[in-house]
Amino acid sequence: MDQHTLVWPKEGNARIPYRVFSDADIYRAELDRLFLGPTWQFLALEDELPNPGDYKTTFLGETPVIVTRDEDGQIHAMLNRCAHRGNLVCLKRQGHDTALTCVYHSWSYDLQGNLKSVAFRRGIGGKGGMPDSFRLEEHGLKKLRTDHFAGLVFGSLSNDAPPLADYIGNLIGARIGRVLRAKPKILGTTSQILHNNWKLYIENVKDTYHATLLHTFFATFRVSRLTAGGGVLVSEGGGNHTSYTRGKADTVGSATSDKLYADIQSMRDGLHLTDPRLLESTDEFGDDVTVQILSVFPNFVLQQIHNSVALRLVLPKGPNETELQWVYLGFEDDDAAMTERRLLQSNLVGPAGYVSMEDGAVGNFVQRAIVGSEDECSIVEMGGHEHASQDTRTTEASIRGFWHAYRPLMGY
Amino acid sequence: MEIDALYADYAHCLDDDALEDWPEFFIDDCAYRITSAENFEAGLPLGIVYATSKGMLVDRIMALRKANIYEPQRYRHMIGAIKIGAEEGGVLAVTANFIVVRIMQDGAMILFAAGRYLDRVVHLDGRWQFAKKDVVLDSRQIDTLLAIPL
Repeated sequence: MDQHTLVWPKEGNARIPYRVFSDADIYRAELDRLFLGPTWQFLALEDELPNPGDYKTTFLGETPVIVTRDEDGQIHAMLNRCAHRGNLVCLKRQGHDTALTCVYHSWSYDLQGNLKSVAFRRGIGGKGGMPDSFRLEEHGLKKLRTDHFAGLVFGSLSNDAPPLADYIGNLIGARIGRVLRAKPKILGTTSQILHNNWKLYIENVKDTYHATLLHTFFATFRVSRLTAGGGVLVSEGGGNHTSYTRGKADTVGSATSDKLYADIQSMRDGLHLTDPRLLESTDEFGDDVTVQILSVFPNFVLQQIHNSVALRLVLPKGPNETELQWVYLGFEDDDAAMTERRLLQSNLVGPAGYVSMEDGAVGNFVQRAIVGSEDECSIVEMGGHEHASQDTRTTEASIRGFWHAYRPLMGY
Repeated sequence: MEIDALYADYAHCLDDDALEDWPEFFIDDCAYRITSAENFEAGLPLGIVYATSKGMLVDRIMALRKANIYEPQRYRHMIGAIKIGAEEGGVLAVTANFIVVRIMQDGAMILFAAGRYLDRVVHLDGRWQFAKKDVVLDSRQIDTLLAIPL
């Protein structure tokens, strides 16, 4: 269907037409209007490219991108598409080189993406070669804007995106700075293939209501409960959010909390861990916030679950498929005990995570359930119809915020 | 021969849904980790599953049975190319290859995992047991989720 014929329900951000999660034309429009449009997307940690000549490849939506550090230490990003005949210039996920040379016809670019040489440019023996009118400087790799925040490099293909700090905003920016307080140290990476539309995962990230209900491990072992203190912060434009849990204590008392969670199967079983070292955490940020989940529109996530810190990048791979990339972090000043604590708590998250494995599947459950119901809508009404910050997590305010940011970009 | 039997028993335990018996393949202060070749070769310590005791393996199974939610699924392990390495102080290094097919309740099957076991086995209480098992996946990608151990 033509994306312009989608009529958004009159309830606004409290109703989401299921069609947006499966329609191929809407997906195609998202790639152009969001991912190649006026948004900022996470490209790299500065520390992933420590030395001049280091590069990595990633994506703006489905469009391949190269991120480099040049001889002067500056980070650059450009499309991974040769200006000649469209070949991938960099084939490796990460590498190190003095120049970027396309394998197809040996067109070579510097680390800023400028075309420096064309093989057989003058032909052979006066025959062939490029016309004299061909100018190297007119045919570099297409460059992205890049900007930095707290050691994170973001990129945009659009001149219309505001400066990154304004795009993130002070409210959410302060919460990024809270976690990325020191030089990060990568502990490892992984990736999950999700058989669902990318927005179903984003909704899940912003969904403070589901976490302790779907992930019964959370409530059972009191990793987090909705009855603990906390809330959700939503940026002015709606697109960025932070949810947080404060402390482990129940604001309504332990007995009341147990009663509210009593219907969850695992609560009735009175479970306990044989080896509770898994959940031994320290208040490393000194503010008693035990869980903080943060997103930057459209597809970047920063997570702190106790001492497990990770970046997540949500990459669309078609209307019904998503790659979820994880980068687990420690910090340079971690001692051995802290690193071990983070590694143990990494069991909570990722594809096999005690409080995250369900997220790998639940988007697919929705994807399967909405087939044939494209004209129906989901109800996103917990906590009202607005998308303002709230001091409770029994709300879907930050999901509404996402749609508030999404709709004008898509023309809905 | 005994080492071959250890791996055969290990595969059947997981594939026959006898998950409560799985921790018994390990000594009390074992180390069990599932990681990718990419992390492993980069020397990065992360485990997708990271356990430093048999108790944590018991907890993993308990959580799968009682807390975690996932669609019914089974594995079929094929373990081969078992290579017995050096023995040092009663600890035997063993490397083996594996592939794991995952079968969902509707019959959908995929080649879910391929990789190597990099193991340390010891003879304790009359049987061979794992003191350490690094499950090194050839791919960095996991389809949907990883619930049942490898």
